[in-house]
Amino acid sequence: MVSLVAKAAGRETAAGLGNVAFIGVLIVAAGAIFGATRWIGNDYAFFAAYVVVQYIVLGTAWNILGGYTGYVNFGITAFFAIGAYSTVVLYKLTPWLPLPVMIVIGGVMAALVGLGTGYLTLRLRGVFFSIATLALAIVVQTLITNWDFVGGARGAYVLRPKMAPLIGGGYIEYLFLVMLGLCVVALATARAIERSSLGFGFAAIRDDEAAAEASGVPTLKLKLVATALSGGFMGMAGAPLPYYVTYLDPASGFSLNYAVNAIAMPLIGGTSSWLGPVVGAVLVGGLQEYLRVTIASAINVLVAGVLMVAFVILAPQGIVGLFQRKKR
Amino acid sequence: MSALLHVQRLGKRFGGFTALQDVELEVQPGERLGLIGPNGSGKSTLVNCICGTLRNEQGSVNFGGTTVDSLTAHERTRLGLARSFQLPRPFGSLSLAENLRIPILYAVNARGERKLSGAAIETRCIELLGQVNLADKAHRLPRDLTQIEMRKLELARAMAADPKLLIADESMAGLSHAEVDEILALLIRLNGQGVTVIMIEHIMRAVMAFSQRLAVLVAGRKIADGNPKDVVRDAEVVRAYLGE
Repeated sequence: MVSLVAKAAGRETAAGLGNVAFIGVLIVAAGAIFGATRWIGNDYAFFAAYVVVQYIVLGTAWNILGGYTGYVNFGITAFFAIGAYSTVVLYKLTPWLPLPVMIVIGGVMAALVGLGTGYLTLRLRGVFFSIATLALAIVVQTLITNWDFVGGARGAYVLRPKMAPLIGGGYIEYLFLVMLGLCVVALATARAIERSSLGFGFAAIRDDEAAAEASGVPTLKLKLVATALSGGFMGMAGAPLPYYVTYLDPASGFSLNYAVNAIAMPLIGGTSSWLGPVVGAVLVGGLQEYLRVTIASAINVLVAGVLMVAFVILAPQGIVGLFQRKKR
Repeated sequence: MSALLHVQRLGKRFGGFTALQDVELEVQPGERLGLIGPNGSGKSTLVNCICGTLRNEQGSVNFGGTTVDSLTAHERTRLGLARSFQLPRPFGSLSLAENLRIPILYAVNARGERKLSGAAIETRCIELLGQVNLADKAHRLPRDLTQIEMRKLELARAMAADPKLLIADESMAGLSHAEVDEILALLIRLNGQGVTVIMIEHIMRAVMAFSQRLAVLVAGRKIADGNPKDVVRDAEVVRAYLGE
C-alpha cells in the first residue's frame, strides 16, 4: 500500500509538482497510511509499520550522502545510536520534554557529529572514506558502552507512557505517527535537494570531484552540508528508538541490521532519486517483517544481503533505475 | 597595462621529481598565448597550479590583481579562471545541458554580477552547446558522445563559467583536420569577445595559426617566450624537440 501511494506521488513528480504541493501529497499519503493502520486495529501492525517507515527515513538519510554525492557511509549506527542515546539522556534529565523535541535534539547532535567527522574525513576518497566511517561507528559504540550514565553495557530502561498524547490510543500509535511525520520531512528534504542547485552540485561531486571544483562547485562545503544533513536524519530516525524498544543496550542500538538495511534499501530501490529508498524500504522492510513472523527473526540480514548482492549484479541502478532506463 | 595573469618563479615538486622550476609567465588581457613543450615537460602541471587543482610549493600566481595562492580551485574559477581538462571529464550522470548548468549555477551565479534562473539557464546552456554544434544532443548523456564531441563539451563547460581567462589543455588532440579548424575558429571567436586564451597544444599548425605569442616549456623550465615565428626557430627549442 505504501508503495502504491509512493508510486502515485512519483507520477506527480514527472508532472513537475512544486515543493509545497509535494509536501501536501506526502502528508495526505501519511495520513492515509496512518488511518489504514489504525483501521487494521492491531498493535502489531503499528510495530511492523514503524520499522518500515523508520527504514525509509534511514535509507533516505544515507542516500543524501551515499547516493547524491557518492560518499559511501558505513557508520550509520554511530549516527543512529547518537540519536537514540541522546533520547536516553534527555529521558533521564528532562523526561517531560515532548518526543518531537527530543527527536530534533537527537538530530542536531548527530548532525554535529556528522559535520565533525565530515571535516576530518572528507579529504579521503572512495573506500578510505568508508573505512573511516566504519571506525567512527566502533569509536562511538565504545564510548557509549563505557558511559555509565546511559546504562553502559547493561543498557537503559525507558518507560513509555501508557497512553499516546494528543491522539489517544496506545503509545505505539503515537510513535508511528511521529515517525511518519519525520518521514514526510526527510522525503520532502531529499526531493527539494534533487531539484535545487544543491542537488546539481552533489551530482557533480559524485561524477567527478576535480571537474566539479573547476566548475566553481565548493566541494568541501557541499560535502559537509551532505554529511550534516545525512547524519542529522539518521539521528532523528534513531531518537524515538528507546521508546519503541523500551530497553536499549549498545548491542541493539548499534545493531548491524541498521547499517546493512540503510545501505541495502537505497541500493535496491535506486540511489538516483528520493523514491529509491522508499521503494527499497517498503519492499525489503516489508518482506523482513513478514518473514520475521512467518519463519524466523534472524532471517532479516540474510534477506537484505541476498537482495543487495542480486541487485548490485543484475540491476545496479536499482528498481527506480530500471524504470528510468525504459523511459529514456 | 597590467598583466591579467602573472606567474612568478613557480615551482612544483612531486617527491624527488621537479615538475616545474622558476617558471615566469605573464599574460596580458585579451592575448592569445600558445604553450608548447614535449610530453612530460610540465604543461599540465602548470595549468593545475594556475587553476588550483595542485598547490605550488614555490612562487606565486597572480590573477587580475589578486594573489590566488591560498584560494581553492572553485574560488579561482569564480574569479574568472576556467580550464578544460586534457582528458575530458564530463559529469557522467548529467545530460549535456545539465553539465553546463553546473558552472552557470556555481561560477556565474555565485559571482553575483548577474543571476540566471530557470528558463534563462536552459537557454544559455543550449546557446553554449550550439557554439560547439552539440545543441541537438543537449538532453543526451555524455556516454553517448564520441571522443571529439566530449572535447567540445569539455570546452563548452569551461566557457559556461564566463571566464576572463580560458586555458584549453590539448583540446584538439586526436581531432581531424576539419575539426581542428572548427575548434580553432571557436577559440579565436571567443578571444574576439574579450576572453584571454592560453592554448596548450601539440598540433603546430593550430598553435602557429592561433598564437600571438608562444611560450615553450621543457623539463619544467620555460626556455623560450616570444613571437611564435622566432620561437620555433630558436636553437634551444629545436634541440628540445629534435635532439642534437
